[in-house]
Amino acid sequence: MHGIGVSPGISIGPAFVIRKTLKAVSGIIIEGVEMKTIEINKFDHAVEASVCEIEGMKKEGETELPKTLVDILDTQIEFLTDPQIRTDVIEKIEKENKTCTDAVIEVIDAAAAIFENIEDEYLRARGSDIKDIGNRILRNLNPAEGPDFREFPENSIIISEDITPSDTISFDVSRIAGFATKAGSRTSHSAIIAKSRGIPAVVGCGDDLMNISNKTIVLIDGTTGEVIINPDSKIIEAFRSRQKEEREANAMLEKLKELPAITTDGNKITLLGNITGSADLEKLFASGGEGVGLFRTEMLFLGRDSLPGEEEQFNFYREVAEKSGNRPVIIRTLDIGGDKNLPYLNIPFENNPFMGYRAIRFCLSEKEIFMTQLRAILRASAFGNLRIMFPMICNIEEIRLAKQFVQQAKKELLESKKMFNDEIEIGIMIEIPSAALIADQLAMEVNFFSIGTNDLCQYTLAVDRMNERVSSLYNHFDPAVLRLIHFTIREAGKNKIDVGLCGEMASDPLAAVLLIGMGLDHFSMGASSIPAIKNIIRKTDKSKATEIWNRVKEMDNSEAITEYLKTLQA
Amino acid sequence: MISRDYIIFDKNGMHARPATALLKLRRQFKSEISLKKDGTTIQMKSMLNILAMGLKSEDTVTVIIEGEDEAEASRAMDSFFSEDMKNF
Repeated sequence: MHGIGVSPGISIGPAFVIRKTLKAVSGIIIEGVEMKTIEINKFDHAVEASVCEIEGMKKEGETELPKTLVDILDTQIEFLTDPQIRTDVIEKIEKENKTCTDAVIEVIDAAAAIFENIEDEYLRARGSDIKDIGNRILRNLNPAEGPDFREFPENSIIISEDITPSDTISFDVSRIAGFATKAGSRTSHSAIIAKSRGIPAVVGCGDDLMNISNKTIVLIDGTTGEVIINPDSKIIEAFRSRQKEEREANAMLEKLKELPAITTDGNKITLLGNITGSADLEKLFASGGEGVGLFRTEMLFLGRDSLPGEEEQFNFYREVAEKSGNRPVIIRTLDIGGDKNLPYLNIPFENNPFMGYRAIRFCLSEKEIFMTQLRAILRASAFGNLRIMFPMICNIEEIRLAKQFVQQAKKELLESKKMFNDEIEIGIMIEIPSAALIADQLAMEVNFFSIGTNDLCQYTLAVDRMNERVSSLYNHFDPAVLRLIHFTIREAGKNKIDVGLCGEMASDPLAAVLLIGMGLDHFSMGASSIPAIKNIIRKTDKSKATEIWNRVKEMDNSEAITEYLKTLQA
Repeated sequence: MISRDYIIFDKNGMHARPATALLKLRRQFKSEISLKKDGTTIQMKSMLNILAMGLKSEDTVTVIIEGEDEAEASRAMDSFFSEDMKNF
């Protein structure tokens, strides 16, 4: 069986099946004002008891419950005491002569149905919150029938229609091996909570899941979303060894996380991450990333039908700034055009998009789009340690012009009394050979460089790496590419500005020693590559790395260079 | 009566957390407060009704306040929609 893996990890254990669909309506008709008053009172008492239970949960855990969980519980109380729900229930009792239980079932079903039809995925998931409070009221109306979730054997895999927020909070986490649910999505509260508590979980497994009977041995993989019923010993063995590997890898990552990226002779190298939004930060920091070396803002612009406004951009950038605290965040202005086209901008077809109207060229002529983004970035700079980076700079006029735009944006913000960091650092990508060749001149204009090896390699060698016939020419160990990288790093060093590298080369274990030898200050890469690169840095002696670069410098082809670097690793 | 339009800033729209905060804030005032969007008007009392409006990011919603403390209530709504809504 397959579901959506929402909280990573592998668990094997006996199933504990919770069946708690809303009960069927009894159809009992009640008569007389007195009977109706009794039913209404029953409802009010059940609500009161339910609120008490949740208040109890809040107190029980207040010290350790994260704020998000307390918020979820507050929302549950709001739903429980919702006047609309009460009005609807009372109407069913008074006008339709229904019992309190029947009235609650019908009202909750109708309310849940409203949410299930909403387009928005987040709001759709709130349907299960409504059912959750419905079940709670019903349990308090008929206390004898309520299942007690705490009564499950240790290391059980909980199997359920859906795990509701209050379930996940009341579960004794230490006794659960994981859970699998029939319904649910990545954004359901249960998925979020499982992740924050580190319980492996698979959601959205479908109807077949509920055919599992109690105590059946079940294996779940919260990474891939697999659910295997009665796995044989071979499968269990395979998963156990994967589980062990995952733990060991995590342990190594965990150990390295606390250690600095420092060479054996005491040179500090900064390891940063490439991100597309605040959702990537958690993993980045957990992997030992010390900040963000490349925040690709175009992700906010792709996959929609109009431009994001200043407020939306501001919120998007601010979230990253705030979550990063004092850590540096290099935010790259829109790198659009070329292969990354936005249909709603109606950029005319180009024969040669990689050499066409893209990135900074596009921004410098679409002034309003550029100004909107700069204002949003500047405003977000008041909330963290942001730096601005311009992509695809090919000559000095472009950076001078871009800086004038920044000045103009600052002026506008001052006039409208909006806060920003006036000292915000400005840098550029070095990804066009012409920029690398005038790195000495460009260094006078900016606070930092970031070398984009993917484009630098493609433009230097005039090779489209997506074209299979020529892609073998694409190689970041090509002597010409290495010379441009080295010249850029050297000129940055002379001018005492920070220089980093954010292309794929930064995560290439073979390249790390060479880049340290050239004098690179920071590496920026995907979070998962950080531990491996840190491991290499911690084993490298910088003066030896410099010698290695001096030898590589003399070699005239990439094959020889690669072979030589491989012998060093062996 | 005070009636003002606000744009929903939160990128998730009016979801459970801001709605909970809004209801808590609303209870500090005696005035009748309602929300209006596309011809649908609801009283700002019910979580269910607020969420069922399905207010998305950048939607415009009208807040209508009537009662003895309407001026203070309006100021509170002002700061909720223009400031607090950005922080959920």
